[in-house]
Amino acid sequence: MPSSTPLEVSRLTKVYGPVTALHDVSFTAQPGRVTGFLGPNGAGKTSTLRILLGLNRPTSGSATIAGVPYRALERPLTRVGGSLSSDVFHPARSGRDHLRVVALAAGIPLPRVDVVLEQVGLQHAARRPVGGYSLGMRQRLGLAGALLGDPDALVLDEPINGLDPDGIRWMRGLLRALADEGRTVLLSSHVLSEVQQTVDDVVVIRHGRIVFDGALSDLEQGTARVRVDVAPGDRAALAAALTAAGAGVEAGEHGLVVVGLDARRTGEVARDAGLALTHLSDEGDGLEAIFLQLTADESASAEGSAA
Amino acid sequence: MSALGRAVASEFAKVLSLRAWWLLGLVLLLYIAVTAAGLAFFLSDLGAQLGAAAGPGAPVLDAVTTANLVYSSVTAVGLVIPLLFGALLATTEYRHRTLTPTVLAQPRRGVVLAAKAVVALVMGALYGVIGLAGSVGAGAPTLLAVGEQAALDEPDVLTVLARTLLATALWSLLGLGLGALLTSQIAAIVIVLAFTQFVEPILRLIAGISEPTAAIARFLPGAATDALVGAGILSSLGAIDPSVPNATADALLWWQGGLVLAALAVVPVVVAALTTARRDVE
Repeated sequence: MPSSTPLEVSRLTKVYGPVTALHDVSFTAQPGRVTGFLGPNGAGKTSTLRILLGLNRPTSGSATIAGVPYRALERPLTRVGGSLSSDVFHPARSGRDHLRVVALAAGIPLPRVDVVLEQVGLQHAARRPVGGYSLGMRQRLGLAGALLGDPDALVLDEPINGLDPDGIRWMRGLLRALADEGRTVLLSSHVLSEVQQTVDDVVVIRHGRIVFDGALSDLEQGTARVRVDVAPGDRAALAAALTAAGAGVEAGEHGLVVVGLDARRTGEVARDAGLALTHLSDEGDGLEAIFLQLTADESASAEGSAA
Repeated sequence: MSALGRAVASEFAKVLSLRAWWLLGLVLLLYIAVTAAGLAFFLSDLGAQLGAAAGPGAPVLDAVTTANLVYSSVTAVGLVIPLLFGALLATTEYRHRTLTPTVLAQPRRGVVLAAKAVVALVMGALYGVIGLAGSVGAGAPTLLAVGEQAALDEPDVLTVLARTLLATALWSLLGLGLGALLTSQIAAIVIVLAFTQFVEPILRLIAGISEPTAAIARFLPGAATDALVGAGILSSLGAIDPSVPNATADALLWWQGGLVLAALAVVPVVVAALTTARRDVE
C-alpha cells in the first residue's frame, strides 16, 4: 500500500526579473484523488510543478511532499515521481538506458526498468535511441521514469499532450487506477476537456493566481442553469417550490430560468409540487465555458468587445 | 550504496551509453600515434642530419630526452581530448536538458557535480592510457627503426609515462569545470579548441621574450603540465631550435607544476558548484 502522501503548495511566489510568475499560490493535492492543475499556457503551472519537485527555487513560500521539501527527501523518486517535459532525453541514448541512468542515481533496483517499460507499453522500442521516438512515445518514457520508483505520488505536466485517442484512454485508466490504489496524482493541462473525465479535484490558475480550488462537481454546480415552463397559471407555484428547494429563479422570456439546480433536480421539484412541465432544457454553460470564463484574459476580452 | 556512489554509477552509465567517449579515444589514439611517429623521425639522427644540412648548430639530443619528447606527445598535443570530454560531460546535460531527470533523481546538485568530477578524473586517466598506447605504440618502433633507443627501461621515461596519466586526468577535470561554468556546449567547444590550439601556445611563445612574462607563463595550464610531466615540445623548443626566443624563468618543479594544474582544474568546479549549480533547472 502506498503511504499517504499529500502534495502541499503553500503561499508560493516566484519572481523572474521584472515578472512575477506566481502570486501567493496555495493548494493541496490529496492522496487517492486525481487533481487537475489547470490554466492557460503561461499561467504558472509548470513553474509551480518545478518548484514542487525541487528544480526551481521559490522567491517565497514552500512546497512539500508529505510535509518534506523535495530536496530534503532521502531517495525522492521512491516518494514522488515526476514527468515535466517530453524533451529531457538525450536523443542518442535508448529509452532503456535513460531509465537505467535514472534508476542508478535514485537507488532503484535495475529490474524495475523493464517492469515500467512494459507498464507504459514501450518494451518494443526500449533499445532504440530516443531521437526516433514520437511525442507520444516520449510522453510514455517520461511516465515510465515517474513510475520507476513505485512512488506514492505522481506529478505530471501535460501528460495527455501528444497521445493518440487510444493513448489518452489508456492514460486515463492508468491514472485512475493509481489514484484508486491510494496514490496522489497531480497533473496539469491547459484544456479542461482533456482531463475532465479523469480528475476528481480541480485547481485553476490564471496569471499566477489560483482562481478556483475544489471538487470538479463544485465547479459544475456553481453555474448550472435550467430553463423550465409550465402552464401559465402554475408559474408562481413552481417558482415558489423551486425557491423553497434553494434555487434562484428568474422570470424568463419563455417560462422560468433556474440557477443553482441541475435539470434532474428541477424536474423532481416540479413533480413533488404536482406541476406538469411543458418545457425543460439545460442551458448551463458547460465546463469548458466555465473554465474559459475563469481563465479569460481581461485585457484580451476588453479589446475583443471594443473591436 | 551512498548517494555519491549511486551518482557515480549513474554518471558512468550515462557516458558508456553514448558513443562520444570511444570516438574521442579513437581520435586521440590515431592523432597521437601519427604525431609521435613523426616526432620520433624528426628528432632522430636522420632528422638531425637533415637539420645539419639546413644549417649548423642543430643539437643531438640524448636518448632519454628524445624518447620523453616522443612519448609526451600526449600532453604536448593530445590534452584537447580529455579537456573536451570533461566539457561535454557538463554541457550535454544543458544541451539536451537531461539536467531535469538528473536533478529529479539526485536533487543535491553538489553530489551530482562531485560524481561528474570522479568520472572526469577516471576517464581522463583512461585517455592518458589510450594516448600513451598511441605515443609508445607508434613512437617506440619508429625510434628503433631510425636507429634510436626506445628507452622504455629508463626510470626517467617511465616517470614521464606515469605523470602523463595524472595530467590527462586533471585536464579532463578542468574541462568539466569550464563546461559547468559556461553551460553552453557551443561556447565550451569553441573556447576549448581555441585555447588549446592557438591561445596558449602563442602566449607561451610570446612570453619567452622577457623574464617576467616567462615567469607568469609558467602558470599557464600547458606549461604547468610540461613541468608536471617533465617533458614537452614547447618547453624544449629552445634546445631544438636556438633561434626561438627563450628567456627562462626557473622552471617549476614537477610537483609544483602538478599543484598548479590541480588548482587550475579544481577552482572552476568549485566555482560552478557555488554558482551555476544553484540556478534553477530550465
